[in-house]
Formats: sequence, structure tokens, C-alpha cells
Amino acid sequence: MASLKALKIRIGSVKSTQKITKAMKMVAAAKLRRAQEAAEAGRPYAQRLESVVASLASKVTVSESSPKLLAGTGKDQVHLLVVATSDKGLAGAFNTNIARLARKHARDLTAAGKTVKIYTIGRKGRAVLNREFRANMIHGIEPGDLGKLNFADARAYADDIIARFEAGEFDVATLFYSNFKSVLTQEPTAQQIVPVAPPVAGATGEVTSSGAAVTYEPDEESILADLLPSNVAIQLYRAMRENAASEQGSKMTAMDNATRNAGDLINRLTIQYNRTRQAAITTELVEIISGAEAL
Amino acid sequence: MALHFELVTPEKLVRSEDVHMVVVPGSEGDFGVLQGHAPLMSTVRDGNIEIYKNSMSESPETIRVEGGFAEVNERGLTVLAERAE
Repeated sequence: MASLKALKIRIGSVKSTQKITKAMKMVAAAKLRRAQEAAEAGRPYAQRLESVVASLASKVTVSESSPKLLAGTGKDQVHLLVVATSDKGLAGAFNTNIARLARKHARDLTAAGKTVKIYTIGRKGRAVLNREFRANMIHGIEPGDLGKLNFADARAYADDIIARFEAGEFDVATLFYSNFKSVLTQEPTAQQIVPVAPPVAGATGEVTSSGAAVTYEPDEESILADLLPSNVAIQLYRAMRENAASEQGSKMTAMDNATRNAGDLINRLTIQYNRTRQAAITTELVEIISGAEAL
Repeated sequence: MALHFELVTPEKLVRSEDVHMVVVPGSEGDFGVLQGHAPLMSTVRDGNIEIYKNSMSESPETIRVEGGFAEVNERGLTVLAERAE
């Protein structure tokens, strides 16, 4: 059995760990609120843009001359997986879940004879995927604190991806991120970003509902060509916003669990400590009494 | 006699208010939007949006926008800008 001193040190160390996890939980809770607000503030833009792109895309017939971002390259051979995770760990299964989904897709695509290229945003996803797909990694970005990313950053990443698309590096790009449903559930999600997924009929709704002829300045195709890169950027931005909220939610849950586990551990160790102390006292008493009797 | 005007960036909803007139820097030239404007979609170049709150005679409030898109429909004017300040 461990000595009294060792137990006491152990209890002390678990207690200080508990303090840290508790603090991290509270920090995550505060950041979560901000990340959630940010995710909500970005929604009107994304919705408007989506409906505009959908209504424009339904008016333009896809042909050879259409923007490649809309029509695709006509092939389905090279897939780019854009894996958005975070740079920091200690967030439960947040990064693991995204990486697992991406890995599954990569394996399926490889099995189907496709070429897979991986583009990571976030150090953690890169670390996990590097083990199996080292040869497929084409680029990695380390975005730092997800909560501090602004649209200009997303735009820069999107421009890089679009430039690679236009250089013919890939045919289809899929984005992996974690969709924030609630504090307790974050769902790893795969979403096709290039070429733009065909708009769902009826999603255009309000724009055309007036029935009035809409004037376009310049013409529809030019507007569309202008908006499509923005659309990629906004999807990326939204994904990162969702990721930021998910990361904090996941971290909060993980740290809450850790705090509780530390509490349980402290209770167990305290009981053990008291028993050991009691045993030592009993032994001492027995020694004194038997010594006295011997006299 | 009011035009509903919304200015939205990816980060937040910057403005949502009823105004008299807004002048938007369209990519093919500036255009002013009053209430009852015909439906229009236009890309926006980098420049200043001018907001006339109550009448034409007052000096307008200007907001700088970069890159984006303006849409006029029966509900008013919506400007989607990548940056606004």
C-alpha cells in the first residue's frame, strides 16, 4: 500500500489538475457563447447569397462556356478533401471525429480508383491524416485560434483552393467540418464546395416570387462568375464558424467530464488516505498496548 | 415613403433600417434606389454607399464597402458586401 505521504502528494496533484480543467471549462463556456453569436450573425449573408446564387444558376444554362466552378471539369477523377479542424487539442473527440469522417471518404475514394488529395486547415487534422495519407497531403494551413478568424482569412483560403481548381489540380472538392447542433452534439459533416452543388428547385423562392422582370447589371453570367468564388469563400467561412462553436462546445463537455472524474478520483484517494492513516494509528496502539502488557 | 435598406457582411448585419434613398456604387455605374424601384441585381465595386435618411437635401451618411452584390426586390434593397465599415 502506498505511503501516507505519497497519497497526500497524489491528492494534491489531482486537485490542481481539477482546478485547471475547471478553469478551461469556464473559458470554453465564455468562448462558446461568443462563437455561437458569431455563427448566428453570419447566417443572413449566407442565406441571401445562397438564394441569389441558386436563382441565378437556375437561369443560366450549363454549357461548355459556363464558369468551371458551376459546371465542373466534366470529370470525377481527382478529389480534393478540405479538412477543417482546429489547431489545439483538449476538445474531446472534436478533431478525431472530423478526421475519421475524412479518412473514411479517402479510403472509399481510393478503393473506387479515384485520386485523393488532402488539404488541411488546422494542425490536428493534419497530424491524424498524415499517418495514413502522407503521400496525398498537398497543403496544410494552421489558422490559429478559430474564434478569431475573419472573412478575409476564409477568402484567402478559398482563393487558394479556387486557384488550384483552375490550375486543374482536382475535379471535385469536398469540405469536412463539424456542424454545431448543440453544446452536446456536434456532427462531422461533408459538403461539396467545388463545383457548386446544383441548386435545389424551389429554393429560389422569394427572389422570383414577384414575377417582375429583374434587371441584371451586368448580365446574369457575369454576376454568377463574380459570385461563385464568393460562394466558396462563404461556405468555407461558415464551416469555420461552425467549427469554432463546435470546438468550444466539445471542449466544454470534455473539460466538464474531466473535472468530474478528478472529483471522483479525489474522493477515492481521500478514503484510501484515511484508511491508511487509521491503519497506522491502530498498529501504533497495538504496539504500545502489547508493550505495556509485557511489563 | 420609405425604402427598407439592409447592408449585410459575412460577419454581421450592419444595417437594417428604413431610409429615403440609397446610392449604390454599381459595377456599371452608381445608381440611386428609392422606394418602389424596379427589381434589379447588380454587382458592386469598391466604393462608398450613400444613405439619405430623410430627404435628398441633407448630407448623406457614407459607408465604405468592398466587393459584393446588391439586390432590389419588392421588399427593399439588400447589399451583400464582403467588407463594410
